[in-house]
Amino acid sequence: MTTTTPVEEDGVTRRDFLYVAAGGLSAVGAAAAIWPFIAQMNPSADVLALSTSEVDLDGIEIGSEITAVWQGKPVFVRHRTEGEIKKAEDVVIANLPDPQSDEERVIKPQWLVMVGVCTHLGCIPLKEQGDYSGWFCPCHGSHYDTSGRIRKGPAPKNLVIPPYEFLDDNNIRIG
Amino acid sequence: MSFEPKNSAVKWVEERLPIMGMLHHALYEYPTPKNLSYWWTFGSLAGVMLVVQIVSGIVLAMHYTPHVDLAFESVEHIMRDVNYGWLLRYMHANGASMFFIVVYLHMFRGLYYGSYKAPRELLWWLGLIIFVLMMATAFMGYVLPWGQMSFWGATVITNLFSAIPIVGESIVSWLWGGFSVDNPTLNRFFSLHYLLPFVIVGIVILHIWALHTSGSNNPTGVEIKDKQDSIPFHPYYTVKDLFGLAIFLIIFSAFLFYAPNYMGHPDNYIPANPLVTPAHIVPEWYFLPFYAILRAVPDKLGGVLLMFGAIAVLFALPWLDKSRIRSARFRPIFKQLFWVFGAVCVGLTYMGGQSADGNIAEIHGMVPVMIDGIAQMKDGVPLMEEGVTFAVTNVLVARILTVYYFLHLLVLLPVIGLFEKPRPLPASISEDVLSKTSPVKEADNA
Repeated sequence: MTTTTPVEEDGVTRRDFLYVAAGGLSAVGAAAAIWPFIAQMNPSADVLALSTSEVDLDGIEIGSEITAVWQGKPVFVRHRTEGEIKKAEDVVIANLPDPQSDEERVIKPQWLVMVGVCTHLGCIPLKEQGDYSGWFCPCHGSHYDTSGRIRKGPAPKNLVIPPYEFLDDNNIRIG
Repeated sequence: MSFEPKNSAVKWVEERLPIMGMLHHALYEYPTPKNLSYWWTFGSLAGVMLVVQIVSGIVLAMHYTPHVDLAFESVEHIMRDVNYGWLLRYMHANGASMFFIVVYLHMFRGLYYGSYKAPRELLWWLGLIIFVLMMATAFMGYVLPWGQMSFWGATVITNLFSAIPIVGESIVSWLWGGFSVDNPTLNRFFSLHYLLPFVIVGIVILHIWALHTSGSNNPTGVEIKDKQDSIPFHPYYTVKDLFGLAIFLIIFSAFLFYAPNYMGHPDNYIPANPLVTPAHIVPEWYFLPFYAILRAVPDKLGGVLLMFGAIAVLFALPWLDKSRIRSARFRPIFKQLFWVFGAVCVGLTYMGGQSADGNIAEIHGMVPVMIDGIAQMKDGVPLMEEGVTFAVTNVLVARILTVYYFLHLLVLLPVIGLFEKPRPLPASISEDVLSKTSPVKEADNA
């Protein structure tokens, strides 16, 4: 019997190598071909472009808030009262589910700016409600305090503080 | 009775593609146990509902526009302007509920009669895959009218994936195609809602193939042993299924023509508003037991895992149930636990529809005034107010039911399978059927 493929000493043939090499390259090629079909679902360029919003703080009375829109999400801009600020600052941080001081969550204590999306499953919490007089999410019962920190319920995190800056005393830019 | 075509044209086709022979085999030669009850009708009813949904869905897609500015309007256009649009849309919306009713009854039939046991494990799995695909399809379909419940249902369910550590947020934004549920989300849901039913058709074919390989289970759980035990599917069960279908269509029509919005939610007639969450979000009724499990867990990831786990655990059922007896008729303890389990599932469905922070029962009396968890004092005496002294919260009830759901499947089923003393099985299906008239058997069934 004649063999057309020379057998190496360890029993590996040229054909074995070609099988593995061709198979491996096909797998890489298939993955590369699939990628555009998966990546097309990620946010498109026009969606990514809408990334900042400006908010005029004038006319937001003490103890009231407005809801701005940033990246299609509601952003709560609250003019906090002295009482609310004091309550937020007096909390013992170590006992919180997501420990964070009120200071870390504001630029100016009277202005609380945060994404109004519950960190549990994305509902919009209701203001001035719940056991901690902050926000309460009606969907699954998460309670947030006057700093927007999670205190009770299924949400794992505090309400998210978006990146923002003061353009002047009465204007902020979110994003 | 093998298939021998007389017609020359049929013969010509049959030699090239033996499709008629296959159908003949499935209908005339498929031996079906002769004792199937009406509980065995729900499989064919589910098949009928799949066809109803596909046909009504295709024509609705001719009038619907998957765009955030137009979707709600186009559904109203279907309801008011399109010829018979109201009928087609109500048929499709109520059809989804009807589809789930028959599939749930079909599944509980399988649970009661042990239809998931060897050699029908793959048949059971394929059925579960159909169930999961149905849930995905129904969820995406509910988003399409772009009402308040559509939008917030989509938000809550897609956010479930944000519970996954590290990659969760990226997955959610990939699902959305943005930073919130928006036009890209609606568009892709429409595309997938149109696709998945045809995937279901494919799995249904495999499901029936697997069924015809192992044969139907039956109320005794005893396999067919000889010709005495079986009858041909056609005409015996085609007729029985048609009668079942007639009764079912009467019930379907009662909803369709007299209470078309009974199983819907009025909030979905409010156009979607991304800035206002409805006070009380509830999914469609067929998702409520799983929603109750999700809300029963105080931890986000834990809730999501348990909710998906409630379905995943069903895949392990053929190995969790240690009893070799299939039918609950011969399993005295399992039979009772089955009904408890059924009641727990109904209870979870009920709890899923209740508010997250309410109480199912409460006793009123005087309670201390609490602010931020601190009792308020006046002159060294706690301030009192009228309030709830004792409450059974919705969350507590949902937790107990959730624990029992898993207890039944993961602990009780394996354990009773080992210790239960089954009743004597009939020697054959025939013997069981013939003994039905004997006084002994009647006392047994009472």
